Amino acid sequence: MSKRIETTDLNVYYGNFRAVEDVTITIEPRSVTAFIGPSGCGKSTFLRTLNRMHEVIPGAYVEGEVLLDGENLYGPGVDPVRVRRQVGMVFQRPNPFPTMSIKENVLAGIRLNNRRMPKADQDDLVERSLRGANLWEEVKNRLDLPGSGLSGGQQQRLCIARAIAMEPQVLLMDEPCSALDPISTLAIEDLMSELKEQYTIVIVTHNMQQAARVSDVTAFFNIAGTGSPGKLIEVGPTDKIFSAPDVQATEDYISGRFG
Amino acid sequence: MATIVHAAETLTAGRLPRATVPVSLVGSVLLGYALAILFTGGANIGLAVALAYLLFLLVMEIATRVVEGPRQASDRRATNLVVGAFVLALLPLGSLVWEVLSKGIPRFDVPFFSQSMRNVVGAGGGAIHAVWGTVYVTGMATLISVPIGLLTAIYLAEYGVRNRLSKAITFFVDVMTGVPSIVAGLFAYALMGLLLGPGSRSGFAGSIALSVLMIPVVVRSSEELLKLVPNELREAAYALGVPKWLTIVKVVLPTAVSGLVSGVILAIARVIGETAPLLIAAGFTASMNNNLFENPMMTLPVFVYDSYAHPGTDVQAYWDRAWAGALTLILIVMILNLAGRLIARRFAPKTR
Amino acid sequence: MTTGVGGAGGPGAAPPRTLWEATRKQNEPMTEKLTRPPTADPDAGPPAQADPRRPGEAIFRGLATGAGITILVILALVASFLLVQGSPALFADPAKLASQGYGEFASWVLPYAFGTVWAALLALLLAVPVAIGIALFISHYAPRRLAQPLGYVIDLLAAVPSVVFGLWGSLVLAPAVRPLYEALNAHLGFIPLFAGQVSGTGRTILTAAIVLATMILPIITSLCREVFLQAPRLHEEAALALGATRWEMIKMAVLPFARPGIIAAIMLGLGRALGETMAVTMVLSGSRNITFELLTSQNPNTIAATIAQNFPEAFGLKTNQLIAAGLVLFVITLAVNSIARWIVARRAEYSGAN
Repeated sequence: MSKRIETTDLNVYYGNFRAVEDVTITIEPRSVTAFIGPSGCGKSTFLRTLNRMHEVIPGAYVEGEVLLDGENLYGPGVDPVRVRRQVGMVFQRPNPFPTMSIKENVLAGIRLNNRRMPKADQDDLVERSLRGANLWEEVKNRLDLPGSGLSGGQQQRLCIARAIAMEPQVLLMDEPCSALDPISTLAIEDLMSELKEQYTIVIVTHNMQQAARVSDVTAFFNIAGTGSPGKLIEVGPTDKIFSAPDVQATEDYISGRFG
Repeated sequence: MATIVHAAETLTAGRLPRATVPVSLVGSVLLGYALAILFTGGANIGLAVALAYLLFLLVMEIATRVVEGPRQASDRRATNLVVGAFVLALLPLGSLVWEVLSKGIPRFDVPFFSQSMRNVVGAGGGAIHAVWGTVYVTGMATLISVPIGLLTAIYLAEYGVRNRLSKAITFFVDVMTGVPSIVAGLFAYALMGLLLGPGSRSGFAGSIALSVLMIPVVVRSSEELLKLVPNELREAAYALGVPKWLTIVKVVLPTAVSGLVSGVILAIARVIGETAPLLIAAGFTASMNNNLFENPMMTLPVFVYDSYAHPGTDVQAYWDRAWAGALTLILIVMILNLAGRLIARRFAPKTR
Repeated sequence: MTTGVGGAGGPGAAPPRTLWEATRKQNEPMTEKLTRPPTADPDAGPPAQADPRRPGEAIFRGLATGAGITILVILALVASFLLVQGSPALFADPAKLASQGYGEFASWVLPYAFGTVWAALLALLLAVPVAIGIALFISHYAPRRLAQPLGYVIDLLAAVPSVVFGLWGSLVLAPAVRPLYEALNAHLGFIPLFAGQVSGTGRTILTAAIVLATMILPIITSLCREVFLQAPRLHEEAALALGATRWEMIKMAVLPFARPGIIAAIMLGLGRALGETMAVTMVLSGSRNITFELLTSQNPNTIAATIAQNFPEAFGLKTNQLIAAGLVLFVITLAVNSIARWIVARRAEYSGAN
């Protein structure tokens, strides 16, 4: 229930513009991998290629391979919709469906796909997912109220519950705490360290302390300047990246000299 | 260039006393009324009001210019003109509402809504055939326009973003918005003539004509609303492995539903009062017709026109019915407008 | 370039039992295949496109595209039907037209085309100053709290059906303005516009223009109001800070910004006035002549009104001739609306404001 991601020489384009250049990385299962780097360095763009959300933007495409346990996500005949059922995603701003209750939000992946499930199984899945997202105790008495009535941190955990209800192999998180207060951020970070027992987790973050706290592996992205593509500069165990990086740019960024 | 002299400047300047406006207003009204009688020999209210307003402008101009200076005078002139324009626009609205109410209510009665004009010459009779005709014709037009309009809006907002076909559609929807209503009627007439033989008039032809007018309205309002649905919700659904079409049907449309319904209601309100296309395509009749596809069908706007334009010997009876029809029509349009706005406001989901 | 580094848990490590794991149920196979069974056609388009193997997607996308194309087809049909049905009148033998129709087409339609444009221009002349005044009143003069309800009141005017305007114009307005016309004629009769014998009913082209002006007023007002409200706040405040009066501020900061929007609003109002049928049909006792006199009983009729008045009884070539007149009207309004759209589009290009 957790898969390894490998990319080799992956290039990402928006129309004619190359946003990310030649990324080769292996992301191990049952671990948290953090992408850090200055704004516009392509880390979010690269993250979105891992579940083919990238191509939702008109004109965007990818060159190269993304292997999920050896199977190429961009191979011929691969259905992006099926990819996304295995690689879940949590976004920067919490985005529960405003027309649905808390319960319906958790079941959204099932219901929106027109899949049938006995009611008992549904209730079971709702409880399991909400417990998995550490939200159950807070909302168990108001499952039928709108999801948009929750606080920002609760909404984000609801979105995590919604993602894990699909039982994905990988969970991608695109700056999941940037819109949250410190308490909610802590709750999400605690949740991540629990979830990594089950999932391959990839997180994009602007917050270096967060990367240091939650991740096992850190990857540093950078750009030479505006208009040039983002590159993966260095990847390694988080301890090493934060104490003794191999590349000077990484050290400059870590120590706050730019970015 | 000499230096600017500040010595004489103070923060207070000459100001007209507060009573100036009401006093000169009353004076102008009285004088205007007197002048109007002098000019026309009778008491013509329109002329009196116009003259009074011109006098008021003149008095205020002179008073402000003398006391407060030319800049203040031009400011006050602009204010008076702008307020005057607003009052002027209220005059026809007020007169129209008053006339429709006072002349429409006498025949706004039970027979009006229970009888047709079959075998009625002179007083009596009613517009039930026209009311039903309007319901049939507009209902059919809605059935035609909403699927086409909504699906087109979905294409424009979700599928064909900035491609050539969607640009062409947007352009021609704009063109369609400008089609004169009578031309839509001619089109429906010509189309039905081709399908069912020349000279045929039916409720369905009327529905086609109204659809030509209604589709662009539905497309425009729906497209705006779909674009208001935050992209984050679409992405959330995609990330759950939901195909695009299910995302649209189950996430985007439900989020926008109140606005869409309100847009459709406002579109209905816009075409339900159309007369010219129905006059041409649906024709008129004095009798009830429950078949959309055969024989002319009366509608409320055409009923009003027909009662006005072709009165029998008892002119007043026909004109009374015309006013009652006009009152009914205005009420329907107002109710639809109100309902549309309420739905849009009341049921809008909170997207943050 | 860089190589991956193993994470905390290797691929073979046994998962610790958590609450999540304990309660988890297997309700679908863990390894759902990413790839669907291949179809006969391997080059079925890039994967980003609608997946032809997902029938719902293809059907829905097809429906949406089809609806859009339907609109293009409808418009093409409107144009071609008007052409086909109107062409007999355009190309028929003048003698035949004279006996079975209304006479030679161009000379027949010209006075009506004149009436259409003349009535619409008069309506614009009356409506534009008032509309701009109202729009300014709502955007910059009325108290904040009142502005929105006042906007609704003006929108109410737009909701009144044209047939009601026609009824009001002919039965209420026309008798009411007749004394005014007589006064105008008596005192200002030396101006050609007000010359001639005053109509006994008051149903003249000026009355029709007043009704038309009332009808296009809300359209022009609402568009102008929108552009006035979009005028940059900073410029307005800068003008006020320089000691400008309210009117000077509007002249300096609002009107220059709004000018293209005002012009577009005027053109759209013109388009509406040109195509309006019922108000003119019911108010004007029109005939086929070209005159600039506003107050007499000899008034040029409009194309739309002519069609409405004659179509129900028309047959044969007369029908064709009326449809051809409709085509002329369509072309005129299309031209006016295109100019309006061109102005709006040009403005959108350099303003950058959304």
